[in-house]
This record gives sequence, C-alpha cells and structure tokens, in this order.
Amino acid sequence: MRNTRDTQLLFDLSKPGRRAARLPACDVPERPPEELLPAGAIAAAAPALPEVTEPQIVRHYVNLSTQNMSVDTHFYPLGSCTMKYNPKRNERAAAMPGFADLHPLQPAETIQGMLHVLYEMQQYLSEISGLAACSLQPAAGAHGEYAALLVAAAYFRDMGQSEQRKRVLVPDNAHGTNPASAVMAGFDTVAVKTLKNGGVDMADFYAKLDDRIAVFMITNPNTVGIFEPAMRELADAVHQRGGLVYLDGANMNAILGVTRPGDFGADMQHYNPHKTFSGPHGGGGPGAGPICVTKRLAPYLPGPVVEKELRGASCEAREDEIAPFSPLSPRNSQLHRYSLTSPPKSIGRVRSFVGNVGVLLRAYCYIRTHGPDGLRAVSENAVLNANYLLSRVKHFLPVPQGDRCMHEFVASGSRLKAERGVAAMDVAKRLLDFGYHAPTVYFPLTVPEAIMVEPTETESKETLDAFAETLFRITGEDPQLLHEAPHTTPISRPDEVQAARQPTLCCPVF
Amino acid sequence: MKPADLLYAKTHEWVAVADEGGAKVATVGISAFAVEALTDLVFIELPKVGARVQAEQPFCEVESVKAVSDVYAPVTGEVVEVNARLPDRLEVLSSDPYGEGWIAKIRISDESNLAKLMNYAAYQKQCAEEGA
Repeated sequence: MRNTRDTQLLFDLSKPGRRAARLPACDVPERPPEELLPAGAIAAAAPALPEVTEPQIVRHYVNLSTQNMSVDTHFYPLGSCTMKYNPKRNERAAAMPGFADLHPLQPAETIQGMLHVLYEMQQYLSEISGLAACSLQPAAGAHGEYAALLVAAAYFRDMGQSEQRKRVLVPDNAHGTNPASAVMAGFDTVAVKTLKNGGVDMADFYAKLDDRIAVFMITNPNTVGIFEPAMRELADAVHQRGGLVYLDGANMNAILGVTRPGDFGADMQHYNPHKTFSGPHGGGGPGAGPICVTKRLAPYLPGPVVEKELRGASCEAREDEIAPFSPLSPRNSQLHRYSLTSPPKSIGRVRSFVGNVGVLLRAYCYIRTHGPDGLRAVSENAVLNANYLLSRVKHFLPVPQGDRCMHEFVASGSRLKAERGVAAMDVAKRLLDFGYHAPTVYFPLTVPEAIMVEPTETESKETLDAFAETLFRITGEDPQLLHEAPHTTPISRPDEVQAARQPTLCCPVF
Repeated sequence: MKPADLLYAKTHEWVAVADEGGAKVATVGISAFAVEALTDLVFIELPKVGARVQAEQPFCEVESVKAVSDVYAPVTGEVVEVNARLPDRLEVLSSDPYGEGWIAKIRISDESNLAKLMNYAAYQKQCAEEGA
C-alpha cells in the first residue's frame, strides 16, 4: 500500500522539539557565538528547519523514491538518454575504501592505485575513440563539449587563425547543448539543415562551409538513430578547409568496438560515461564528460592529466628494457609511477582535482567487465534491440527515417494526432499507467510529434514485445482517456507552464 | 487582423505590411499553426527596439515546455516597436495570434524579401503538408 502521509513536506511533518538524535550534554564551557564570530558572520535569526524524528525522515524519502520510475524498477526506453541498466558490481567497486575514502589533496605517492586506474581509463577511452589523448576533467557531456571547443580555440589562436575562424557548423537536429557550448566558447554558430532521413543536407553544408570554419560539430550516430551516410565526406571537406571535426559522443553506445570516431574523421569527442558505460544518471553523484583529442590537440587539453613513468628510470628509458612481467617479479604497476601533470599548452583546469572520479570508476569497472569483445556485443545488442522494436512499431507509428536504425529510432505520432487528436504527449503519459517509463517526446524537433525510443542492450525480446503491444493498444484507446492520462500515478499532469513561469521551489516557512 | 489578409514566411511567421509616413512597416507575429505546434509557451525573449534584423535570420526566441525555438525575421529592417506586454500574457499568442499576439514592428529597409513570402492559401498548403 502506498504511504502518502509521510510524503508530505518535511515542514508539514515538523513538530517543535522533535529530534533524530540527542547529543549528550556538552562537557566544555559553552560560549555564545557572538564571542567567537564577527558580527557580520552571524545570522539575524536561526534558520527555520523542520524538526522530525529519524524514522519520519527515512520514511519521507523512501516513500518519495517509490513514486519514481527508475531503470531498476521499470523498462525505461527514454531515447537520447541511454537509460541502460547500471550493474551493481560497479557500485561495489567504486565504494571500496581504497577509492571512496581518498582525499583529493593526498600526495600522489599515496594514491598510486587510484592514479593507475585513472591512467588506464584515459588509455581505454583513447583506444575506444581512436584518438590519441584524453582528459578526464570535464564534469558532464556539455561541459566536455565546451572544454573541447576551448581546446580548439586555443589551437587556432596558436596557429594565428583565431580572427579568421569564428564559425561552428551544427546540424539542426543536434542536441541543444552543441550550439550553446559553441557560443559560450566564443564562436558563432551556423545551423546546417538535415534531411528527412536524418543525414546532413550536403548542399546546405557546402553552402555554409568556407575558410571561416573553426569546428563542425556532429552527433554520429545522430539523434534520429542514423549513422551519418556522408561522414567521411563531411570530415574530409571540413579538414580541407582547415577546420576541426567534433564528435558529440552521446550515442557511442551504438558503435563501441565497431568503428571509432578517430577513424571516421573526428578530431575531438566527449563521452557520456553515464550513457555509454552505465554510470548512474544523476543519483549516483556528480557526472563526468571526459574528452579525447588527436595528437596535435593534445597539448591544449585541460589538466591535470595522469602520466605514467618508469620508476627510477630516466625519461628516455624504454619500457622494453625492463624485465617482462612474471608472477615472481614485482608487479608491473610497482615499476611505474603515476603523476598528475598539466599538458604543455593546457587551457587549464575546468574542474577541481582530476574530475569526478566516482562515475569514472564505475565506467572503468564496466569497461573492464566487458572487455573489447564484450563492448562490441553491447553495441550490437543495443542496435539489434532498437531495430527489432522499430520493425514492430513502424506499422502503427510511422518512422520517417526509414526501416533501419542504430541504437534508437524516432517514430512520429503526427498521423495519430491528425486522425484521432491524440498527441505524442498523451501516448507518453498513458505508458506510465502500464508501468513503462515514457520515451522521449518532441525531440528532435525535425520530426513532428516525435516519439524517440531507445531500448538499450539489456532488454529481453519479451520486454520489447510487451512494450510494442502496449504501445499499439494505447494508439487505439479512447482519446479522452489518453488526454487525461496518467490515471494511476500519484501526480497526474503537473502544470508545466506554471512550473516554468513561476519556478518557486521554496516552501513558505511557517 | 484576418489571417487571410496576411503574408507568411516558410518558418511560420506572419506579416502585415502597412504604410506609415512613407515607410513600410511590417507587423510580425507567429501563426496559429506555429503556436499549436509549439504547445504550451512559457517565455518569449523580445527583440530590442532599434535592433537591425535580417530577413530569414533569428530575431527573437520563444520557449515552450518542449523546447526553445527561434523566431525568424520575415523582412529586413529595424525594430521600431515591440509588444512589451506579451511576455506577461503569453496566452494571447494562442487566443489571438494575429491580433493581441503580435510580437514586433519592423521598419522595412529592403523590400526584396517580401516577394518570398506566401499568401494565406499557399501557407495553408504548406501547413497541411507539414502536419501530414
């Protein structure tokens, strides 16, 4: 049974004098804060805090959490977001005291294990991207985009081209963060049209490509789940004009071990470890958006980055002069020392310390668990699942981009809207009643009444079949029932307009 | 204003051209079809009076619960007036898109783009195709 009482606001549950813990009487003389602090540091009144018992506060949050849908409780085909299941072993590994209890200011000599792991993470991400160097610093995908564009800006400054190269070309179905990052990094954005199949409109691309280009940003596979058909031609054309190619790595889940951005022409990319490598979305702590770049851009990477050197050997010493690894010789890692260094022409820090290592450790664990063949299988299954679902859904919700996709596809509810007055939002809301998290709707804007489905690799055929059948059933339901859905959730349709226009989050205090 | 008397841009802006003291001034808004497609609107960022705008370039932004969308200038010229009350009562964009929902007035400096605008019938046809 659902407990609604304890999900009241904590302020409503508050009773004066209630405590979670009572401390023993103070055994040193108490001094009033006025004696200890300057006047300016003392608040006029004590903050109004709710007073509740420990069981109350635990029930409050646990009950609230049950009102949510999560990838641990429901199928969650939220397109573009790659809501893949987060294996619990990643959590266990990241919580090990040797990782979790470190202080970021500890001397490098005392955190060699952590640095070793982070060094390997840089290597793995470089290998998977086909790009030479990596920085783990950025704290999110969009932050990675921004950092990489600052790297590009620094590179062009060095080449004496920063006055000339001001333009960043972005396809019109890109994530909104792409043009936003470009503007924040000081560039002018130019939108490039895309075709119905999701590919770049080449005529429009060539019309906008000239010697002013700094960076061409592309998401590949793109947001309608199509691998850009002209990728190589686009990259070559940009390079010929002296520009750089940025890959938005949001959809790496479709191509792991199958192809590499560096091999299809990208000079820079970010990863979303929470998508591709199963870091938890949001709840597991701060995110990360590591970036990889080509060799010529490596000197500009944000630092510090982790470097590996041979212990007690001069920098010139070659690794093969050391005795090969054997179980009887000291462990390989003990021959090396890991240190934090700043690349020679670094744009500087974009985050404190090395970045948000918690999510990187989970991603590291995921990469090590799967290995190269396993990662390829992840992508193959993600693509297979999406194609299977597409083939079932297209008969009642047309998929404008065609019969094949990568990791996700975008169906259009426009026929449903025209014939029955049922909007994509109605379908999305109704799915909640059947125990499915809704797909992404109304993105990308290039597809009318977009319903964007990304099943991910972990779902079984039975789950996909049941979802497709539910979706089909919903498209035939009474429109009025759908307009008012969901009917079974604690909150039906929040007033999104008011929430956006009057975002008052503070509870009125007593 | 009657929708049938207006001109329309491919990007769903409407235009009413009037002669004001020898200069052509375009009153600009967004069409009912666009408002419907954008769904619930939450913000509008109006252009600044005095801003020079270029036909077919973004000159204003509307944000709905779905997304932020550019509004494109249908003509080239200078913004001479904006509907300053609009941001506080966005609902008029839905209830009266061709009247109270006007966005800005632009004094046209280059009339060449006017020829590219559609009449009502042509615009209706475009909407029907996009809706399909």
